[in-house]
Amino acid sequence: MKALTSTIAAAILATLPLAAVAETPQRGGTLSWAIIAEPPTYDCHATGTFAVMQRVAPHYSTLMKFEPGNYPNIVGDLAASWDVSPDSLTYTFKLHPNVKFHDGTVLTSADLKATYDRIINPPDGIVSNRQASFTKVASVEAPDPLTVVFKMKEVDASMMTNFASPWNCVYSAARLKQDPNFPAKNIMGTGPFKFVEHVAGSHWTGERFADYFRKGRPYLDGFRSVTMTSAARVNALAGGQIDAEFRGFSPTERDRIVRALGKDANVLQESWLLHMIITFNTERKPFDDPRVRKALSLALDRWGGSTSLSKISLLGAPGGLVRPGSEWSASPKDMEKWPGYGRDMAANRAEAKRLLKEAGQENLTLTLMDRNIAPYVTAGIFAIDQWRQIGVKVEHKQVELASWYALQNSGDFEVFVDSFTQFSDDPSNVLYKYASHDRSPVAVHRAIDRELDQLFAEQARTADKAKRLELIRKFENRAMEQAYSVPLLWWQRIVVMNDRVKGWTMSPTHMIYQDLGDVWLAGSR
Amino acid sequence: MATAAQPAVASDAAVPGVRRLHPILAFIRYQPLGAAGLFVILVMGAAAILADVIAPYDPEAIDFVAMLTAPSWEHPFGTDAFGRDILTRIIYGARTALTIGFVSSFTGCSLGAVIGVTSAYFGGRVDLAIQRFIDVLLSYPIIVLALVVVAVLGHRPIGGIDVNLIAAIAIPIVPRVARVVRSSALAIREMPYVDAARAGGYSDRHIIFRHMLPNVLAPYLIMLTAYVAQAILLEASLSFLGLGVSEPKPAWGLMLSGDSANFYQEAPWMILFPGAAISLAVFSFNLFGDSLRDWLDPKFKT
Repeated sequence: MKALTSTIAAAILATLPLAAVAETPQRGGTLSWAIIAEPPTYDCHATGTFAVMQRVAPHYSTLMKFEPGNYPNIVGDLAASWDVSPDSLTYTFKLHPNVKFHDGTVLTSADLKATYDRIINPPDGIVSNRQASFTKVASVEAPDPLTVVFKMKEVDASMMTNFASPWNCVYSAARLKQDPNFPAKNIMGTGPFKFVEHVAGSHWTGERFADYFRKGRPYLDGFRSVTMTSAARVNALAGGQIDAEFRGFSPTERDRIVRALGKDANVLQESWLLHMIITFNTERKPFDDPRVRKALSLALDRWGGSTSLSKISLLGAPGGLVRPGSEWSASPKDMEKWPGYGRDMAANRAEAKRLLKEAGQENLTLTLMDRNIAPYVTAGIFAIDQWRQIGVKVEHKQVELASWYALQNSGDFEVFVDSFTQFSDDPSNVLYKYASHDRSPVAVHRAIDRELDQLFAEQARTADKAKRLELIRKFENRAMEQAYSVPLLWWQRIVVMNDRVKGWTMSPTHMIYQDLGDVWLAGSR
Repeated sequence: MATAAQPAVASDAAVPGVRRLHPILAFIRYQPLGAAGLFVILVMGAAAILADVIAPYDPEAIDFVAMLTAPSWEHPFGTDAFGRDILTRIIYGARTALTIGFVSSFTGCSLGAVIGVTSAYFGGRVDLAIQRFIDVLLSYPIIVLALVVVAVLGHRPIGGIDVNLIAAIAIPIVPRVARVVRSSALAIREMPYVDAARAGGYSDRHIIFRHMLPNVLAPYLIMLTAYVAQAILLEASLSFLGLGVSEPKPAWGLMLSGDSANFYQEAPWMILFPGAAISLAVFSFNLFGDSLRDWLDPKFKT
């Protein structure tokens, strides 16, 4: 075990000098990487799953993007320069000239306008998952072929982050005019790689786009994304059939790969912008009673659970509504004031029992709806054990992904193991999950809380960081006290790849840095 | 010979209990493997019933301090990734396995016996229709049919027992038992006492339940024990596939899935002991079932 720990540490440390001492990128080669899910659509605007993002990102560009190696700094992608008016109500972007689509046509501001119009006001029959992020945009204008202007109805402090969203793939206006649903079944962007083929259940391939607007990029001749099961990707990486997997491995899977690859393993670890949540159905008794919800949150030993569960699963650190360690997160001292975050578990459990007694729920039994995969099951087992210690009996109902979504959206649950991920730590992106149900479709606790909504709206239009932080703390305090949905633990992201893969950037989310434009392979197969 | 037998009978009758013990002792003597199987089954049954008393720990209690502990005096079978005592979970798992095994097997065999006898009794078009339907069900492998049933029905726990899981395991047993029982019942249908019952004006239901079913008891009992083993294996398979018993409830199949697959190299005891428990239970029921068949079937006696 000690030898393995040393190997992992060496694998992690090995990446540090590589990052510091720039190596000369080599051209050529095909990157082979694994992915465990099939894409339900090709349209970035319509979905939120990594199964789409990781496959289509190499084919598209976005207006802005997160700077590789410097998350969460935002830089231009198609935008060569930009300007924000002093009142933060006008955003003007100048585009790179002579950017070409894969069909040879030249990108203009009309394509940006058509793309954002589709996101903000989708035509009938078109799904736009990011519509809510752009509700404060009054208009999108294209005064000349290389200028695009966004006029705002009101200030939105998250606007630059929204422009950097990897989900805002820029489509061809001409293609959208012919068929607004063109991107759902076709891939045609301005990204570093041209689409070659997708064989469902088998693979997705792309080849180098010679006319890519960033000179000298991409380094790779192409990529091949192989669809495989979770267990198979471990074996494939350990056996050298694939070079990488970009979503993440559990600690035990990491150990197996490191054992097999030895010094050729490159391990990258970071906290994940993805967290496990316990969500109560506030329309069902007794979960309409804040005392019951608070008692159940109080009983969860997040600190103790984190220490142990992080050794055996993807679950990691305790945190609030924003990712622990991010610029917006509460300090551990602040967290300890929330119900269920205090370190004295005996006191927490005593208080939980008192609250249940006061609510007349001393013999509470409940059904915990959960997904049937790790680490959801791990989280469920942990929560059940914690609640057992305050006398609560739990039936663990594990379901498939489709049922999990259907049950939470229909409200046919009592309590469930929920999760939430986003592409950035921006507070508006993540607090959205905890707002009122009628304002946020992802807030499936079904509660209406106008105090939370007001705090959410206020922080969203507050550009001053210190004031915004204050509002976020108030939002968190209110949400933790009411406990409609409470964070359990944040995930840890562990990416393991063959050391020959260079130029890829680790980040707290598996949704960004996937265009592969800077990735190259050391040596040849 | 007759004179020699008389005192033995008189002697047995004179000593209370000996007459009742005699077949059991004879079974042990002539079917020692079956008796060994029965002994293991009884031990497992006792463990299942007395789990609350004999298990050293709470089967669902997490103890992170004891995570992945190797077998020791404190934890004879070691602990799992949550620090739960594996011996305790195996003892409680026996309760799950035997409950689901017996109830599923009893339900499936009983339904199968009634259908088989009914099919044989009526014959003709009724028999033809029932048998073709059974052919369809028999064309599916037992695990596939159980998977389909459990996927369609989902979970429905009543009193801690998933009735849909029991149905999923029982349904594939029905056609198999029905086919075997029908073949026995076809011969019974031609027996004079069945003709006599018909002539006496008894209803079809009366004849089936009172005259025919009791006479297929021997094959029924043999299949009942055989299918308990099959049901335990099916429950373990479904739980392993995530369609049976849910965590944190202790079940042998479930103990082999999930984290066990991830930790089998670091903690082989996580798969070794639940696997042994399944093998032992299935082996014991099969031994007992085979011996029972030999014991009850006149063809085997000769």
